[in-house]
This record gives sequence, structure tokens and C-alpha cells, in this order.
Amino acid sequence: MSPDLTTTWLGLKLAHPIMPGASPMVDDLDTVRRLEDAGAPCIVMHSLFEEQILREQLAAHLHLDAHSESYAEALSYFPDSNAFALGPDAYLEQIRRIRKATHIPVIASLNGVTPGGWVEYAGLMAQAGASAVELNFYALASDPDEDAGGVERRALEVVQAVRAAVNIPLAVKISPFWTSLPNFARALSRAGADGLVLFNRFYQPDFDLENLESSRRLQLSDSRELLLRLHWTGILTARLATPVACSGGVHEALDAAKAIAAGAHAVQVVSSLLLHGPSALAKLRDGLAAWMEEREYASVAELRGCMNLARCPDPAAYERGNYIRLLQSWHGG
Amino acid sequence: MENPAFVTLDGNEVVASVAHRLSEVIAIYPITPSSPMGEFADEWSAAGRKNLWGKVPTVVEMQSEGGAAGAVHGALQAGAMTTTFTASQGLLLMIPNLYKIAGELTSFCIHVAARTIATHALSIFGDHSDVMACRQTGVAMLCAGSVQEAGDFAAIAHAATLRARVPFMHFFDGFRTSHEIAKIQPLSDEQLARLVDQQAIAAHRSRALTPDRPVIRGTAQNPDTFFQAREACNPFYAACPGTVQGVMDEFAALTGRKYRLFDYEGAPDAEHVIVMMGSGAEAAGEAVAWAAAKGRKVGLLKVRLYRPFDAHAFVRALPSTVKRIAVLDRTKEPGAVAEPLHLDVLAALNEAWPGALPRVVGGRYGLSSKEFTPAMVLAVLDNLAAEQPRNHFTVGINDDRTRLSLPVDDEFDLEPADTVRAVFYGLGSDGTVGSNKNTIKIIGEETDLFAQAYFVYDSRKAGAITVSHLRFGPRPVRSTYRIRHASFVGLSHPQFLEQYDVLEGAGHGATFFVNTGTAPGAFWDSLPAEAQRLVLEKQLKVYVVDGWKVAAEAGMGRHIGTVMQACFFALSGVLPMETAVERMKEAVEKAYGKRGQEVVRRNHAAIDLALKRIQRVEVPGKATTSRSRPPAVAEAAPDFVQRVTAIMLAGKGDSLPVSAFPVDGTWPVGTSQWGKRALAREIPIWDSKLCIQCNKCALVCPHAAIRAKVYEPAALQAAPAGFQSTDNRMVAEFKGQRYTIQVAPDDCTGCSLCVQACPAKDRTNPRHKAIDMLPVDAHRERERTNYDFFLGLPEADRTKVAADIRSSQLLQPLFEYSGACAGCGETPYVKLLTQVFGDRLLVANATGCSSIYGGNLPTTPWRCNEQGRGPAWANSLFEDNAEFGLGLRLGADALAQNARLLLQQLAPTLPEALVKGLLDADQATEAGLAQQRDRVAALRAALKGRQDAPAATLDQLADYLVKKSVWIVGGDGWAYDIGFGGLDHVLAGQWDVNVLVMDTEVYSNTGGQQSKATPLGAAAKFAAAGKETGKKDLGLLAMAYGHVYVARVAFGAKDVQTLQALREAESWPGPSLVIAYSHCIAHGYDLSQGLEQQKLAVNSGMWPLYRFDPRRARKGEAPLVLDSGKPKSPVREFMQNEGRFRMIELRDRDRYQRLLAMAQAEADRRWAHYEQLAGLKTPPQEQA
Repeated sequence: MSPDLTTTWLGLKLAHPIMPGASPMVDDLDTVRRLEDAGAPCIVMHSLFEEQILREQLAAHLHLDAHSESYAEALSYFPDSNAFALGPDAYLEQIRRIRKATHIPVIASLNGVTPGGWVEYAGLMAQAGASAVELNFYALASDPDEDAGGVERRALEVVQAVRAAVNIPLAVKISPFWTSLPNFARALSRAGADGLVLFNRFYQPDFDLENLESSRRLQLSDSRELLLRLHWTGILTARLATPVACSGGVHEALDAAKAIAAGAHAVQVVSSLLLHGPSALAKLRDGLAAWMEEREYASVAELRGCMNLARCPDPAAYERGNYIRLLQSWHGG
Repeated sequence: MENPAFVTLDGNEVVASVAHRLSEVIAIYPITPSSPMGEFADEWSAAGRKNLWGKVPTVVEMQSEGGAAGAVHGALQAGAMTTTFTASQGLLLMIPNLYKIAGELTSFCIHVAARTIATHALSIFGDHSDVMACRQTGVAMLCAGSVQEAGDFAAIAHAATLRARVPFMHFFDGFRTSHEIAKIQPLSDEQLARLVDQQAIAAHRSRALTPDRPVIRGTAQNPDTFFQAREACNPFYAACPGTVQGVMDEFAALTGRKYRLFDYEGAPDAEHVIVMMGSGAEAAGEAVAWAAAKGRKVGLLKVRLYRPFDAHAFVRALPSTVKRIAVLDRTKEPGAVAEPLHLDVLAALNEAWPGALPRVVGGRYGLSSKEFTPAMVLAVLDNLAAEQPRNHFTVGINDDRTRLSLPVDDEFDLEPADTVRAVFYGLGSDGTVGSNKNTIKIIGEETDLFAQAYFVYDSRKAGAITVSHLRFGPRPVRSTYRIRHASFVGLSHPQFLEQYDVLEGAGHGATFFVNTGTAPGAFWDSLPAEAQRLVLEKQLKVYVVDGWKVAAEAGMGRHIGTVMQACFFALSGVLPMETAVERMKEAVEKAYGKRGQEVVRRNHAAIDLALKRIQRVEVPGKATTSRSRPPAVAEAAPDFVQRVTAIMLAGKGDSLPVSAFPVDGTWPVGTSQWGKRALAREIPIWDSKLCIQCNKCALVCPHAAIRAKVYEPAALQAAPAGFQSTDNRMVAEFKGQRYTIQVAPDDCTGCSLCVQACPAKDRTNPRHKAIDMLPVDAHRERERTNYDFFLGLPEADRTKVAADIRSSQLLQPLFEYSGACAGCGETPYVKLLTQVFGDRLLVANATGCSSIYGGNLPTTPWRCNEQGRGPAWANSLFEDNAEFGLGLRLGADALAQNARLLLQQLAPTLPEALVKGLLDADQATEAGLAQQRDRVAALRAALKGRQDAPAATLDQLADYLVKKSVWIVGGDGWAYDIGFGGLDHVLAGQWDVNVLVMDTEVYSNTGGQQSKATPLGAAAKFAAAGKETGKKDLGLLAMAYGHVYVARVAFGAKDVQTLQALREAESWPGPSLVIAYSHCIAHGYDLSQGLEQQKLAVNSGMWPLYRFDPRRARKGEAPLVLDSGKPKSPVREFMQNEGRFRMIELRDRDRYQRLLAMAQAEADRRWAHYEQLAGLKTPPQEQA
């Protein structure tokens, strides 16, 4: 009998745990349909960046409006510049379109900058038909005057505020760079997060030393990045009841199995879909099913967490001991 | 019938609203000041707004007004109700079709924002010279004098033409009415529907050309029949005035607003009457009412229907008591016995006046929007009252040459005390005008007050000054002139106090409000003596705010319009403060809501903050300074600049008498150097140690405000202390010399293109480059001194300067400090042209941005070098520039040929070697040119003292023996659209002319209308949803001739190729075409990124670079060489950075994706095509 792959994530009952993570794939309806055909149980939108919206609004204000009303022959330079909206409209419209074009739930993703922005946009996403919202805390703390507690407090306030304002489930996507991740994760959960996504991948600029410039390059993930996720998924799911989704580094069916074994309720994949196309999702799902069947796991629920910190046969592997042993083995090797 | 609620709109919008609702087809072409009418019509149709009959009118932009008139004529013949909008030169281009449309008795209405026709100079402002050039065409002419009337008469004209079959021209004064915002009653759909006669519409359609009941029109007739047939229309013209009056009466019944063919106002028993039409009649009405109230027997007759001129109705409208009439014409017809309205009045009286004819005099007023005030009206009335009234007078100017002008009491003013009169001085793009427009709408729509706003704009595009005139009062505002005694004067920039007499127009006890960074306590002492004197004399109440600080705190950058508006409401008390704040915030929401809530929030914050920061300045009882305003121009300026230019720069051009001006529109060059504007807040500061001496900063500077020089070390002896200098390391020809990059701190606009172009970074801190933008305040004084010294350093010897791009910047730019936008993408090409060929350059410049920044007074950027040589520049028209430039070539060649013939003729009397040298000179290089100039000097020396006529003529023409370079310069609107026919013809010939098309891919000067150069996918006016068709490939069309040198360049992407193309084009003895990518504010992004966008345009295949040289074909090589590689990035990367594309994505994502795919396909196709062409060789040809 084929194993039961169903799982729940953010209150959604999913046919299997492997979903497309936040990516530009959602911009194209055709791709979204192909993802649905490949069995995507839900779809995560790429993040709506409040900062980008604000910048564009102000840029439009400064560069489109600024030249108007100053020269007699040309009181403006653009066709009715109010006829287009600068704001989250296009993003929200895309949620509606995906909802209309497919049968799968949509999880919106949001990166805000102002407390008002987080709340406002999350509300708009819910109104547009998002089944859940992923709050993407994607910011580098660069201010020496703000201590770790302050950074955490700000994040928790956002979650509380959004929680109070919207009724749909909330996930929080975080980075691994929080001082006490379990403590912070628990606080997030108490503030209203229904799930945690581990982890977002920071855009890290490279340097072009020839021209003394920083250069932007989009690096796709590979399976090596999975280890960090497995590690923390295992720790957090052992200590907290909050469901976790693993995001980053899942390229093979075995990677997905590991993530679930570490305790994840869901697995987000992006890079492998960008590399191999939407149909790769079906392969991952089928591969997971085959692997589970071969090992006689009857369900995802049975597999979930078998290798987390609470249950794995060698808990020290999660903690400092692991580090020591690795070093020793290296010396010895 | 109930009238709709009052609205506050400008004349163009009111007229367009009527025309759009009453038309099926609208064919247009942009021209100031009528462009907004076409733009409104296009926007409304694009948004699906329907006409009265439920159809969305079809709006089509044509390639010229001539084209629009043709399309209109056709649409009318096909039976559609059709309209168009135009002005000035555009109207002239429509004249042939107006004759046809009238000759065919076609119901049609054209709306004209009447504007000056170019004569000794172009002017975009208002008078009747354009409409008067149509009075003979057979169109009926109905003239509106106010915004209310413009809307009303638009409807009356549309209704009347349907009934009368005579086509109508409805006109109103450009700017004064087209751009004035006033509180008016609009016309409802129902009112319009009741006014237009459905049967007349059916009759119009029944006359349509259709194969279902064919007729033929446009036949050719002969002497036997033409005359009689021409007379056959007479009954229609005879009936037309009656029809119009009938429509006016119906209109009155519908709206309560009564009009007659000629409206009289004033004393019923008037003996002296002024006859005139247009907006001036409003001012005249005020003055006449005032004088009549004082018991003077004076009146005003306003002409509404000027053609057909109903002499009997005219006479009936005049009081029978009239003894003297002054007819005022807003046009000039040199050589005519009188101006047209004057002649019409004389003829009408002669025909219909029952008794002894009144005495009639005529005069001119208001040309090019010259002010026409009640004081001038009184001058006209006083003239009538004189024993011997002067005829053919002018009023409003001081004609000290022919002494035709009437004296005017400048102090006289009629403004009622209960009118709030506010004047705001703003700096273009600081939001002043936009906020004032909001203010007028708020007051117009929120109170019972009547409101009027008029905006006076500068002629320069960067750092332009705007003056807003706002009136609010309990009665409709008829004052069609600028405010002369303001109750509120607002300054958005304290610098104005140093430049203009801003307080001259303040009334007694007025509020004077300044945005300033100076603390209230120090403000009084900071004022120049003139301002202190006026504040004390007029007992002004002075308030200040640090609007920049408020704007910055609110996150609004330098956009202080909202701040100023809030302060106006707080200080003027026009509205209760709470209401005012609420309405201001609503207006912000309305204006910027679509920009996003953050923009709204910041504007709201600015309003709240501003109200807390206004501070009263305590004015001591006496002046505390003797410091006068600095002079408008430096003492070193030549006499003409001191006498004329300086007055214009100080904003007092109105005071200059006729004798101050050249009689034929010929002005001296090089005046922009005297108009220092100090616009930049940050200027580039040079670090000589880091500099690699590439000169790219100088190359890309749009205003020639950063320059490079090499000079002998000895020259440094007199250098000021802070002057930077380093060894010339890069230019071998000037080994041992010193090198300096110098900024002109008062001419830089702060665009930062130079810093963007600078490749030299500090390796320990790459944020620091060889030039950095730094605050001007810390550097102005030192750099000013440095720049003065720098200018005094000798210019490089042209014969020693190499032909490469780096060296080109050592040549003196003969185009400097123009009025172009900060960051302009056109002017670097123009400047480079003058550096390379400037001392022998003839420029024909098409109307457009380049003719405005190149030729708009008070100061112009073209200049000469130390030897007195430099570009000779002229603008003929928009449509004829290629032909005009060809004419310059033909003319110069004729004189050169003449000189050569004379030289040959006189050869026996001159040194043989000299003659031979002059005739056979190789002038391909600067050295060759210099030698030829030496020979010309030797020739002159040899001719000196000779009295014979051939020698004298040769002496006069000798300079033509030096090769002249003719360049035909203009934008894409000219080259791709209106002037294409002529350009094609000029390219098709063998003439040695060079064409530089500065392609901004849009009509930039008139505000961003699409041209055929607009790329696929871009939003532009008339392509609001994104252009569906690809950019016309002008270069490919020219290449098809085979003998035309063609290049496509982008200086920001590959400057070396730009210079190479210009040099090759110049050296090719046939026609050459260089198409130059020009980034523009109409592209919708921060122009400091212009160079990067040029690179992206090239790298994405949107703008491949190439040179097509017929010389290569002659050698059997492929004539086309591609100078940019295969596209490296998708066009998306280029498009996503520019607002013109991005707005499509925001409006309609699917459409954007589709257009993007089409644009990519287009770029791929274009590249594939060029690539194949570049491999195409033809057999070598014999040299022609």
C-alpha cells in the first residue's frame, strides 16, 4: 500500500508535504498551472516587499510628478499618471488570479518595514484570498544602538499586530541568525505564529574587485544548505509544538524525507523547480512516496520527527558533542 | 433646467469636455497651448468615456497638424462628427483644409487656443495672429473671453455648425484662457443633448460620402463655372449669424447664461466705445464699468461671432449715442491700412450705421500674452476723449521709436478690496503650482467664493521660476491680468529676494511669507535693502517657515508645495483652519492617492508640521542694511547685455522700450554666461590625485559646467590659492603642461552625471571618486574664483588637439549653460558638435526642446570663441528644418562658389601660390583649416587698399573659402514625424549636409506625446496603454538610399563611437544622418542614471550602435559596421528601470508581458536584420 503523504500546514490539509516555496514562479499563471498539474498542494507567493513599494511610490512621486507644473509647454510628461497604481495592487491581483485559475490554496508572503505596513498588507492579502500569510523577517540588524532584545521585540510586536488584525493562519519565516533561536521561536509562537519556516536565504552581495563594486548574483541553493535546516528543525520541533516547514536545500526526495524526519510538517522547494521545471515537484513527491514505501513508513506523520532532538538515537549529535566528534574523527581520519 | 454644480477647471479642460462629448472622431497633433485638449480627449477615450450618443470617440494622433486636418476632412466627408484642437503654426498648417471644409459646407468645429505666429521670433503665448490668418477661409469664428465662455461657446459652436453647415472655429486666448483655472458652471450631458439638433446630425450624415449613394466631391472647375459655383454658398453665410443667435438664445433658456453676437456693456448712452474680443474684453469690462460708474459715457462692445461678421447686428448692439470707437486688435499686420477687426468695424459702420459715422480709431494690444490691464483700457478711453484721438496706436508697451504707444498710468488698479489676491513665487518642480491648483480647487469647490488662478512659467526647463496668481472673491473674477497689488506674497525660495522685485506687487499691509532656512530672528537682517524698504513702506506682515526642514522631516525631500499651501491657509484665513486642513488632506489623497499611502501620509505629515512651524518675524521700525540686491549680470557683461538682457533677467522685460530691441530678431550670441542661476545644491569637486584624466565628466555634462584644460605651467603663477592643478599625464600632444578639471559652480545644475561617468575610484574608499558631489555652500566661493581663473587660461590650440574622445574635451564648448533640464541627454551631443566643428558650424534647429534651450530668451547658450567664430544658429519651423538646413548649405555654397570665381578672376593680380593654395586647400584636418584661414588672411592683406568691385566683393566673401559645416539638428518629433517628408528629400539628394537627430523617443517639449520613434511597449500620451507598434527604423530607411552616411549612437554607452560617427558624418561629402539616443525626463526615472540606461539600451539590443558608411561600399566592403555586440541582456532589464514602461506593467500586467515579449522579439529581429546587413557586400563602385 502506498504511504499516506497527507500533512497539515497552517491549518491547510495538504495531499503531501512538498510545496513550491516563495519564488518568482508565481508571476506566471501558466507556470502556476503547471505546478498544480505537478501536484503542488499549495503555492507560496514571493514576498511583497513593503520597502520596495514605498521606494517606488516615492520615486514615482519624485521622478514622474516632480517635472510637472514647471514648464509652460509641458505641464506633465506622462499620460494620466494617476491611471496606474503604485502599491500592492498587482501583487494582490495575482493572488486573486491564481485563486481563480487553480484549485490550490495560496500562501502570501510579506516583508514589511513599518508596523502599519505589515498589518495593512497582511490584511489586504487575506482579503485578496490568501489562505495564509508568511511573514518574511528579512532584515539585517545593522544599528549598533539596538540590542538583540530590541530586534526581537520589534519582530514580536509585528506578529502580535498582524495576528490581531487578520484571521488567516500566520507563518513566520526567519533566518538562523537569532541568538537563542528556540527562545525566539517560542515567543513567536506565543505572539501568534501558527508555523515557522526555516530559513530564509539572505541575499549576500559579492564583490567585484575589478570595478570596486558590489555585485548582485542570485545563487540557487544546493543540498548542502539542508544541514542547517535539519539541525534546527530537529531542535525546535523537539522542544516546541509549533509546526515547522523546512525551506532551502531540498533537491532530492531523500532531502525531503530527511526534513520530515527532522520534524518538518512541510517542505518548501524552489531551486530544484527553477532548475528542472514544475514537473520536478511530482518527481520529488513520488520519490518520497517510493522511499517511504520501501522503508515501510505508512505515513508522513509516522516519519515526522523520528530524527529530531527528542527521538534521534544520538542527541549529542545535535549539540556541541557533535562538533567535537567531527573534529576528532577528522584528526583520526 | 438645473445647472450642474460649480467646478474649478482650466479653459482647455472645459472645452475638451464639450468637444469630446459631441464628437465621434478627434484627430490631433500636439502644439502649445492647445495640447492639453487633445490629451484630455485621448485620456478620456482611453478610459472608455463615451460621447453623448454612447460611443467612445476615436482619438488619433497624426504626424502633423496638416495631417490632422486631412484626417479631419476625411472623417467629416465620411459623415462623422469630428473635431480637432490646435494653435499657431499648427493652425497655419490646417488652412488649406479649412478652405476645403468650408467650401464643401461641412459641419465641423475646431477649437483653437489662440497663439502668436512666429515672425521675428517664436512665441508660445497668446494673441490672435493665428486665428486672424484664417478669417478668409470661410470658417465661422466664435470668440470666447473667459473659461466659462470657452465651455459655453464650444457647445454653441458645435450646435451652430450642425444647423448652419458653415464650419466653425471656436477660439479663446492661449494661456490666459486655456490655462486659467476658474470656478465655472459646466454643461451637463442633458443640456448639451438639448442644444444639438438631432435632425441636423442626420442631415450631416446624409451628406456623407458612401458607396451606397455615391457622389463626387473635390472636382476641378474651370473659368466657366468656378466663380458662380463659389458664390453658391452665399445663403448659408447670410443665414449663419441668425442661426448662431438662435442657438445662443436656446442656450440661454437652458443655462440662464445669455450671449449675443455682439455683447455690449457700459453706459447705455455711451459716446465712447471700445470694440474688441477675447480675454482682454474681461479686463476692459472691469475698467468700463468703473468709468461708467464714475459718470463717464463709455462702453464696451465684445465681438463674439467674428465671422460671418453681421454688420447690422453689430450696429444694433452699439448705443445710438456713440460718437467715437476704439477698435482693439490682438494681432499685427505690418503694412495693412489697419488691423483686421478695425477694418471690419469700419466696413460694418459704413454699411449699416444710419447717420453720420462715428469716428473710429484702432490699436494693437496684448501680443504674445502681453499684459492688458484696466489701466491700459483707461488709456484707450482717454485717447478717445482726446481732442485728436490717436489712430493705429499700441497700448501696453513703450514704443519710443515710432511713438505709437499710449501713455498708461501704471499705478492704477481696480482690484476690489474683498478679493483675496495671492501671489506665489515657486521654483519649478518644488510643487508650488500643483499645491496652488489644489488650493484653488478647494476654495472653489468648498466655499461660495469665486476663484481664479493663473500661472506664469519660466522659459527654462531646469530650475524654472513659476509665479502663481490666485484670486478669491464674492463675484466672478474678470481680472484677466496678473495681480498687481497682492494681499499675500509667498516665496518658496529666499533666493528670489536677491534676483527679483518680488515685493513690488505686494499691496499695502499684505502678508509676506517666505520659506527660508534662516531663523526668524536673523531673517530681517538677511533681506537686501530693497526688500526691507518695501516691507517698511507697505507695512507688510512678515512670516517665515523652514519648509525644507519640514519637508525633509516629513520625508518629502525638497517638495515644499504642500508646506507652502498649508501656511497659506493658516495665514490667509480664507477657510476656517480645521476645514482647510481637512480639505488639503483630501486634495492630497486625491492627487497622490494612486502614488500610494506612504506618499499621502508624508504629505499629510508635512501639512501638520508646517502649521506648527510658521513664525512671525518682528519687523523693526527701520532698515538695518544698506546691502543692495546684486546686479542681474556681472559688470563685465557687454553693453547690450547690461541694457537689455539684464532687465529681462530681473523679470522686468515689460519695461523695455521698442528701441531696446533688434529690428529683425537678430541677437548676439553667448549670453547664457551672464545669467548665473546657482541652481545646484551639490556640485562636483575634483580630486586631482585620483583623476585619470579621461575627461568623461566634461563630455557628459549637459551644461558645459565642468571642463578640462591643459596649459603651460607658467600660467599658474596668477592662480588663486585653492586652484587645483596636476601634470598632464594622458595627452601626449601637451606633454609638460598642466591639467585641471574645473566646475562652474553657478552654472552646474547638480545633475551628477559627471560623477556617474567618473571611472576613477579611491581604492581604499571606493565611494570617493575623482569627482564627488559635495554641498555647494562649502565650495561655491572658492570654485567661483577658480572658475574665473580657469576661464582666463588659454584654450588649447585646435591644430594640436588629437581626434580622440579624450582630447575632444580640451576643445572649447561653444554651447554652454543652456536652459535644458538637469541631466539632459541631448545637450552633450550638441556641445560635442560645437567642440569639434563649432568655429565653422551652421545650425538649422527644428522647433522643440533643442530650439527652446538653444534659443529661448533672455539668454542663449550658443557662443563664439576668442577669434569671434562660432556656431551660427537659426530656427525656422518645426516641419521644415531639413529643408531650411539644406537652404543654409545652398546659400553658403553659392557664396563660396562666388568667392572662388572671383578668386580665379583676380588670380593674375594675386600671388599665384596663394590663389592655388586657397583653391586646392585640403581642409580635412584642423591644421588644414588653420592654414586655409591663414591664406584667407593673406588674401585680405593682398586685397587691402584695392578699390575695384571684384576685390571688395572677394574681401567680403573670402571667409567662405574656409569650409563650412552645416548641421541640421532636431528631435524625433521633427525627424520621424512632422519633418520626415522634407528630411527624406534632403537625404535623397547629394548635398553635403549633416543631420543630428536627438532621439528622446517622444515629443519631449510639448509634454511626452508619442512619436513614431516611441518604442514598443512605452507609455506616452496618445499611447497611454503602451505603444503597440515598433519604433520606426529611420536609420534603415536612410540606408536604403545607399549614398547616405548613417550612424546610430549613444554617448553614454560608447562615447568613442559617438565622436567617430560625428567626424565621419561631417567628412562624408554627401548627406549624413546621426541618430543619437537621448535620455529624457519623459522616460520616467532619475536622470542621474541616464548613462547606465544608455548602456542597458545598447546591451539589450534596444539601441544597437552602428555606422553605415558609403565609402566602405565603394571599396567593396560591407558599408554597415555594428559597433555594439550581440545583445547581452533581455530588453526587460532595460524596460523595468523606466517609468514609461513600468506604468504599463502596473496598469495591466498581462498586457505588459505581451508587449515585453513583442519588444524582445522586435529587438531580436532588429539585431538579426542588422547582423545580416553587416555582412552584406556589394561590388566596388566607381567614385562618383
